[in-house]
This record gives sequence, structure tokens and C-alpha cells, in this order.
Amino acid sequence: MLNKYPLWKYLLLGFIVLFTLVYAAPNLYAEDPAVQVSATRGAKVELSTLDKVQDILKQVNISPKSTVLENGQILVRLSSSEDQLIARETISAQIGDGFVTALNLAPSTPAWLEAIGGGPLKLGLDLRGGVHFLMEVDMDEAISKEQDQMVQDLRAELREQKIRFRGIEKASTETGVILRFTSQEILDSAIDYLKPINPGFVFSEKENNGAFYLTISMTEQKLKSAKEDALQQNLSILRNRVNELGVAEPLVQRQGVDRIVVELPGIQDTARAKEILGATATLEFHPVDSETDLSDALAGRIPASSILYKERDGTPVVIKKKIILTGNHIVDAQSSADEYGRAQVNISLDSKGGSKMSRFTKDNIGKPMATLFIEYLPTGKKKANGKSETKKRIEVANVATIQAQLGRSFRITGLDNTAEAHNLALLLRAGALTAPIQIVEERTIGPSLGQQNIDNGMKAMIYGLLAVVIFMFIYYRKFGAVANTALILNIVMIVGLMSMIPGATLTLPGIAGIVLTIGMAVDANVLIFERIREELHAGKSVQRAINEGYANAFSTIADANITTFITAVILFAVGTGSIKGFAVTLAIGILTSMFTSIFGTRAIVNALWGGRNDIKKLSI
Amino acid sequence: MLELIKSKQTIRFMKYAKPATWLSILLVVISVGSLSTNWINWGLDFTGGTLIEVGFQQPANLEDVRLTLSEADFPDAVVQHFGSSHEVMVRLAPREGVKGEVIGNQVLNALTAGDFGDVDMRRIEFVGPNVGDELAENGGIAIIIALICIMLYVSMRFEWRLAMGSVLALGHDIIITLGVFSLFQIEFDLTVLAALLAVIGYSLNDTIVVFDRIRENFRLIATATPKEIVDQSLTQTLSRTIITSSTTIFVLISLFVVGGALIHGFATALLIGIFVGTYSSIYVASALAINLGISREHMIPEVIEKEGADQDALM
Repeated sequence: MLNKYPLWKYLLLGFIVLFTLVYAAPNLYAEDPAVQVSATRGAKVELSTLDKVQDILKQVNISPKSTVLENGQILVRLSSSEDQLIARETISAQIGDGFVTALNLAPSTPAWLEAIGGGPLKLGLDLRGGVHFLMEVDMDEAISKEQDQMVQDLRAELREQKIRFRGIEKASTETGVILRFTSQEILDSAIDYLKPINPGFVFSEKENNGAFYLTISMTEQKLKSAKEDALQQNLSILRNRVNELGVAEPLVQRQGVDRIVVELPGIQDTARAKEILGATATLEFHPVDSETDLSDALAGRIPASSILYKERDGTPVVIKKKIILTGNHIVDAQSSADEYGRAQVNISLDSKGGSKMSRFTKDNIGKPMATLFIEYLPTGKKKANGKSETKKRIEVANVATIQAQLGRSFRITGLDNTAEAHNLALLLRAGALTAPIQIVEERTIGPSLGQQNIDNGMKAMIYGLLAVVIFMFIYYRKFGAVANTALILNIVMIVGLMSMIPGATLTLPGIAGIVLTIGMAVDANVLIFERIREELHAGKSVQRAINEGYANAFSTIADANITTFITAVILFAVGTGSIKGFAVTLAIGILTSMFTSIFGTRAIVNALWGGRNDIKKLSI
Repeated sequence: MLELIKSKQTIRFMKYAKPATWLSILLVVISVGSLSTNWINWGLDFTGGTLIEVGFQQPANLEDVRLTLSEADFPDAVVQHFGSSHEVMVRLAPREGVKGEVIGNQVLNALTAGDFGDVDMRRIEFVGPNVGDELAENGGIAIIIALICIMLYVSMRFEWRLAMGSVLALGHDIIITLGVFSLFQIEFDLTVLAALLAVIGYSLNDTIVVFDRIRENFRLIATATPKEIVDQSLTQTLSRTIITSSTTIFVLISLFVVGGALIHGFATALLIGIFVGTYSSIYVASALAINLGISREHMIPEVIEKEGADQDALM
């Protein structure tokens, strides 16, 4: 029979609709104002911390909706945003060092929805307010530092071998160095010696006016990995610093070969954020003071030449103020495993650092040495001269016993696990030569504008929808009502899919994309309905007209939508940030509108009018 | 039944093809002329620089704001209202030797220190000059890639004459939309670029619907001239064209009126694009296809015969 769908098609439609409906549902639940407490380095959120937070809240007579400890964070849900502000202030004042508090909006998605991965739409920064930074690693500078390092290394290596060279300098055209020799023989012996110990470099020689030049330059691969290292290093430093800021759900992500995106939702004070992200870090090696008794030190009896610090796990350690070596002598640090599979970190120093280390360790074999990680973080206050006041934050990254006289490369062993080794290597590199980083784009949206963007977008959507719905109903009557049902279903599906897809965020242009989709989505139904009318005019029966209207319009709809889809994909590929948001909603909107306006309306039309011989006229 | 197009008569669209062609040429010439003299009022996204939007409690006097800013060593600041009289937008060109990201906070501090009551920071944007160039370059590439992909798709699905017609129509739409932006010096930011790509999608949508009909009618009606076929196809699709344009224009007007100042450029570009796109799918795309000599033979699928021939070889 014409225009009858088999049961399975209705079941499929019902299933898909229900599926997207369920995933769109979390957007109906309001968000709770919340305070989030997390630990920075050197501290850990434990059950006792949870008790403490609850006590603090009791003191100021705030009864939270819930307090939970999950993923190493405490989330306190509150009933009002006034409570939220008071709670944050008191908690951050009383919780002590090592913890950061952040304001957050916690989705109140019911547990069963959360269990199947449901959650509300993720809003872009232009809707929720916050800062977006695009940072660029200065690769020229990174490579230039790498070249400086090569000059130092090669000079030391050749001197050690007593191979005499007349000059050494950074190459200006290539990424490498140029050495000058007085004879071909010396040059050859230099190549013989250097080539095997310097993989990843290209050696080329040239004679000019009786001088023999040897150019040693990085291979493409070496160059690439040097740049990659510079980026990774900055990425890890930025991640650590962002955690300091006390932001709920920050994002630090690489973009392309030399850029890093940092997104901090809800941050207002961008000046402070910039200072913290741009803070400098250094590293120092100090001897451990083993003569002073730890309990004496804890009681405050400590020699003037020493100072008491805490290790990352909180163990106190007394350290001498004397500096063996500072971090700018570190060339590289990599974590690896030794022959027994134990975690270790291999460190290379420059030649000056190597000789300092060697001089100190010669007389101190068997004694412990500590690695301090020092960051200069802004306090947010200004000094009298207008410069920002900084606070030195010192942390003992590691204490190791000196096993032998150390040189330019040595290793720290006895680490608990590979994760610790990895972290230590990161810290060591962070204190070493870093490629400078620069903010090349900033977009800050205040919370009032964010909310206003949401309100405006919603208003535009509702008015646009109303206009279209009324028009369609007046023009196509009952069929118009069917198209309107499909249109509303379409919006729900877009919201459901956007909520479901991880990484899809709703932005202001994204909302504009949905509004545009509302206007364009009815096109498919207009095409179909006009076609049905034509078939009716041509004298076909009602059932045939419906059937052929749908059949004939299909290829047109498909062609028209595929081309728009192509533009959406291109837009997604080249667009950034909020424009990507537009492309995503446009693409999703095309898919869902094809589904609802062809399959969806057909199902309703078939159910209402399909296969009935008693209908002589259609309400179209 | 409510009908927009009551007449059963075919409307003689192509009778006006010549004057329409001249109109199109005129519009394109004006647009190109304006583009070559005024170029485009590029937004911050492309020029680079710093932009600060602040909200005041009471309507702000722009002169006062300018004075305050020039005292704070920003005499070159462009100050204007944005959205309403309470909101003020300050724009600064990139400066030599000064970190752009610092300027935003300095301007904000100057305004907060000034005599304006509570100042609400609504938006700070800083775009480095290189980033702006890249965005402009990527945007241009995006449009070109989109045009090429579409040309390929339409040639594959239809015929090269129709593909040429549709791509030329798209070029026509983009140039005229850009021309309007240039003529009225409307700010061109990233959202406008996105809108331009959406215009490509929309305008093509329209063209394809018409072409689909043209192809169908060529196959159905053996006796008519190409001109008659095109006229008939345009008439048949006219009410759909009008209805879809209307619903799209409804939502765009809604976006323009209540969507906020940030989305104005986007809505404007699409509104212009949809007017021009609807017109161009009739008079540029179809007229050009006729001029390129489209005929019945081009539309009869040869594929069917080939399929039969292939099958023997395959078996």
C-alpha cells in the first residue's frame, strides 16, 4: 500500500528521537553555583580536607547542597551565588597553603544521565565569559639557543681531544655552527672524532683562501625535534601555572607547530593571569645539611647557613644556602629506566656547569644533594615603583645521594616510579633554557557580556522560530504543522548531538548557526510540499501525489544540502575558535534537518494520511 | 490552498535576461570600484590591534572618554558607541615596541580611574599583527577552496555548463556582498567571513534547486527550446524560492534586531547575500547556462547505455 511505513521504521525513528532527547535533557537542569577546591604541588586533597571544608562552612552558617570529593578535588554545591562568594572567600582564607579554590558552575545532571555520558552543552568563552590566550613559542630564539649550546659543546669536545681550531661561530644561514681550521688534516681528525658522537647533524666542509671550514648543521629531523621539545616544555610549564590560577576547567592545548591555546573560563583579572602565565622559573642544586638534626630544625634551631624546606610529599629537609649550580646550566633532562627497570632522570649540563658540578662532587661523594625548583609568582600587589611584587615559591623537587664525581652528564636514580621521573625531568627542563613565549592573541569576555550574548541569542532564536512556525502553518495548514513539528524536533536534536559530542562547544556564532538553520531547514519541506501540490494540480490522486512529491524532491534536497555541508566542513577546517562553533552547528543542523524534514515528516504524514482512500483533499 | 504564484502561465524570466545581465555587470563594477578605492573596513581580527569594550552605568559621553584616554597617552584611540549609549568600544592600532596584550589593561585602568562611575569590563581583544594576516589569508583560502570543491561537485552531479553558471553566480554574490560592505564601510570581522561562506552555501542551494528542475524538464519535454525550459523551471520553483528566502530572511531579521551588536555584521552579510543569491540563481546561473549553449543532449544521461555495455565485459 502507498504511503505506509513498516513498524520498524517507526521504531527506528522513535529510538533516534528518544536517544537525542535523552542527551538534550541535561540542558534542562539548572546549574548549581559551586566552589571547587584542588591541591597544588606539595599537597593532596584528602578526606580530612573535606572535613575541614565542611567545618569552615559551618562556621559561617552556610549549608551546602552537597560536598563531594572526587578526582582529587572537592566540589561544594551551594544554593545561591551569594553563598558561593562567601564560601569561596572563607575557604580560601582558612584552608591553608597548597590548595586553590575556584568558583564554578556545576551541572546538576541527574546521576542516571551522567552514567550514560550525558551532560549539558559546553559553552564557549564568548558565552560564559573568560580569557582566551593564543601564545606563540619563539622558535627562532629556541633554535638560536640551541646553536649557542652547540658552540659551547663543540668547543669543549674539541679542546678535550686537543684538536686545534682557529674559530667557532654560529652559522648565519644554516641552523648549526661553523668551525675554522688551519689544515685539512686537522679538519679531518675533527670530523673523525665528532661525527660518531654527534648523530643528528650534517657535516660539510669547504676551503676558502687557505682556511678550512667545517659546517655542522642540524638535520631536518633534529631541527623538528628541537622545536617540538621547545613547545612541549612550554606546554608543561603553562599547565602547571594554570593550575595555580584556581580556574575551574582550564584548557591548555597546542595549536599547530608553535602555538599554545590557553583558555581560562570565568577569569576576570587578566593582568594577573598574564603575569602568572609569564612567570619565570629557575632551578638550583644545593647540598643537604646533614649535620643539623631534623627535630632541632623543626623546633626552629637552625644554623644561619641553612634553611628548612619541605619535599613534595611534605617531608621536611634541611638544606644549605650554598648553591652548587643554577638551572641555566642544564641543557637537557630526560626520564628513562635503568638496566633494572628503575626510573631515573638523565641530565646534561653545559661545559661550565659540568666543571662546577665536577668540582663540588669530587669532595662530597656519599653526601645528599637537593634539587630546588623556584618560581617567581606575582602576588597581585604592586611595589612602590609600580612593578609587580613577586613571591618566591620554593619546592624541593628531589634529594639524591652523590655516588661518584659527576661531570657534564649524570643521572638521578632511586626515584619511586616513572611518573615521578617524568615530573622531575619536566621541572628540570623548565628551569633550564626555555624558549621565550609571547601572547599573540587575547580575547577576554566579561561575564555580563557572556550572559547578554546568551540572552540575545536565545531571543533571536525564539522570535525567528515563531515567525517561521506561524508562516508555515498559515501557508501549508496541517502539513505546515507537520513541518513545524519536524523543525522543533530538529532543534532538540541539534542540542542533543552538540551535548553528546565531546569537544563540541556552543559559541555565539554557533547560536547564529542554529538560528540560520531554523530558517533554512524548512526548505526541504517547502520543496516536498510544493512538489505534492504540483502533483495534485497535475490531477494525481492524493496518495500518489504524496508519494511522488517525496520521491521527486529527494535528490534535489540531497544535492542542495551536500554542497552546504561541504562549505561547513571547509569552514571547520580553516576556522578558529568561535567560527569553528558556527561550522559545527551548521553541519550538525544540515544532517538533523535532512533527517527530520524527510524521514520525520514522512512518518507523520504516513501515519495521518497514508493509505487512506477516504481522503479527497489534502490540507496542504 | 494559499498560493503565492497563482498563474498557470509560465513567467518569461529570460525575456529580461539582457537587462538583468547589465544590472549584474553594473553591480559588480560598482562593487569592484568601491573595493579598489575604499577597500574594506577590516575588523580587529584581520588588522591586529587592541579592542576594549566597556559598559557604563549612565550613557557615556564619547568626548569625555576620548579626553580621558588621550590624557592616559592614548590619543590615537578610536572611541565609539557599541550597541547602546551605555556601551563604549575603544580600538587601538598595534604599536611599535609595546606589547599589545598590556594595552587592554592600561586602557581599562585609565577608564576606571576616570570620572565615569562603575566601569564594567565587557570585552578585551588583542590580536597580534601576524595572527591577523594569517586569519585573512586562511579566510581567502577557505573561500577559494569552497568554490573549487563546489565546482567539482556540481560538474560531477550536473554538467560543466551548469557548474560554470553556478560558480559564476557565487562569485557574483560574494563580490556584490563585499561591495556593499566596502561601500558602506561596514566592519568586516571573522563572523562576516563565516557568513560569506554560508552565503555560498545558501546561494548554491537555490541554484541547485533550479538546475535540478531544468535537468528534469529537459528530459521530460522534448520539444521546447532551452529558453522555454529554463523559464518553465524557474516558474515551477519560484514559490519555493520565495518561501525559503522569506523564512531565512525572517530568522536573519530576528538575529539582526535582537541578536546583539556582536552579530550585526554576520546578519547583514547574510541578508545581502540572500537577496543577491536568490536573484543570481535566476539571472546569473541560469542565464549563463543558456548562453553557454546548454541543450537537451547535455542532460540525457549517457550513463544508462554505458552501464549495459559495461555489464557484458564484467560478466
